[in-house]
Amino acid sequence: MTDSQSSVLDRTAERLAAATPVPLARKVRGLSDKGLAWLFITPTMLLLLAINIFPLIWAIYLSFTNYRANRPNEIVKNVGLSNYQRILGDQDIWIAMQATAHFVFWTIALQTLIGFTLAYLIDRKFRGHAFWTTVILVPMMLSPAVVGNFWRFLYQPQIGLFAYAVSFFTGISPTEIEMLSNVHLAPWAIIIVDTWMWTPYVMLICLAGLRSIPDYIYEAAEVDRASHWRQLWSITLPMALPFIMLAVLFRGIENFKMFDMVNLLTGGGPGSTTEVASITLKREAFEKWRTGYSSAFAIILFVAVFGLANIYVKVLNRVKNR
Amino acid sequence: MSGKTIAKRQGRWPVYLRRGILENIAIGLIGLGFLMLFQPFALVLYTFSFITMLVGTVMFIVVSKFPE
Repeated sequence: MTDSQSSVLDRTAERLAAATPVPLARKVRGLSDKGLAWLFITPTMLLLLAINIFPLIWAIYLSFTNYRANRPNEIVKNVGLSNYQRILGDQDIWIAMQATAHFVFWTIALQTLIGFTLAYLIDRKFRGHAFWTTVILVPMMLSPAVVGNFWRFLYQPQIGLFAYAVSFFTGISPTEIEMLSNVHLAPWAIIIVDTWMWTPYVMLICLAGLRSIPDYIYEAAEVDRASHWRQLWSITLPMALPFIMLAVLFRGIENFKMFDMVNLLTGGGPGSTTEVASITLKREAFEKWRTGYSSAFAIILFVAVFGLANIYVKVLNRVKNR
Repeated sequence: MSGKTIAKRQGRWPVYLRRGILENIAIGLIGLGFLMLFQPFALVLYTFSFITMLVGTVMFIVVSKFPE
């Protein structure tokens, strides 16, 4: 820092000190740096405790009781681990978990594959690549409520564009393509919408990974007459892998909690074919009003997401240390 | 904490209790629990998935405070 810069900073500090009201200045004067730091972060910490930590502890407490939110005057009994035992032995919840796994697996596989391919193409820096990057990013910027509603129209067998497009390529009548009411097609309808919406996000992370690879490595590979295919397998993929893993973990955590899109598109139906864990949780909590039971279910899902988040942080640290 | 203190602490710390390997075991347990939670093959695996994930997560939180 130059002398002129430090003198400007000194003058600013003096001006700020002079502007501080006398009673406040008198109170703060005796505080150490650590005391001041605590003074600044205490409001935020209190807010976080009130809106994050307290509900979590309350949910943990409720998960050991038979509490029902629609019967607040009923005596709350401690049921020990029975809520957990019932959830972890319940076939219906197990099936909901499998529906979640099917959704998470296919969305991540498709988003990673398409996202990386798009990033690889955009990274070639062809003419107009900035425009196409913006166009590709549009779905990600839309609200899930809007996306859910307009895809419902697109999937309409009578008037939906999707059914007509599929009909054009396959020759099947559009009225037979019932994406949201067919047991076999409904899970794929949600996977298609989620992939359409969130592939740009994966593409952005992969693009950051590809742009972080120094050019001289490719130049050295060119000198060694390595083919493009060889460069992709030996340089691009290994060096972009931490970023791809980051995208996979991040989308995994998000899709595991997916609620809005499923609720808007199918509401868990037809039957319970698209009933993912979050939809089951909502039904238990706000339709059957089994608050204690649903709190235990929420804690199980929380531990799963928290565990994944730990892995996510570890991978993030590895990426940072590269 | 000075470099000398850290070195001293690391010197006394048993090799098998160092962070790297224990963190990897914890991550393995979390991953295993996650797979058990979602697999479609055996209900018994699903039943024990939560406890596996919980042990992995608690272990990760504890061992991430251990020295390298």
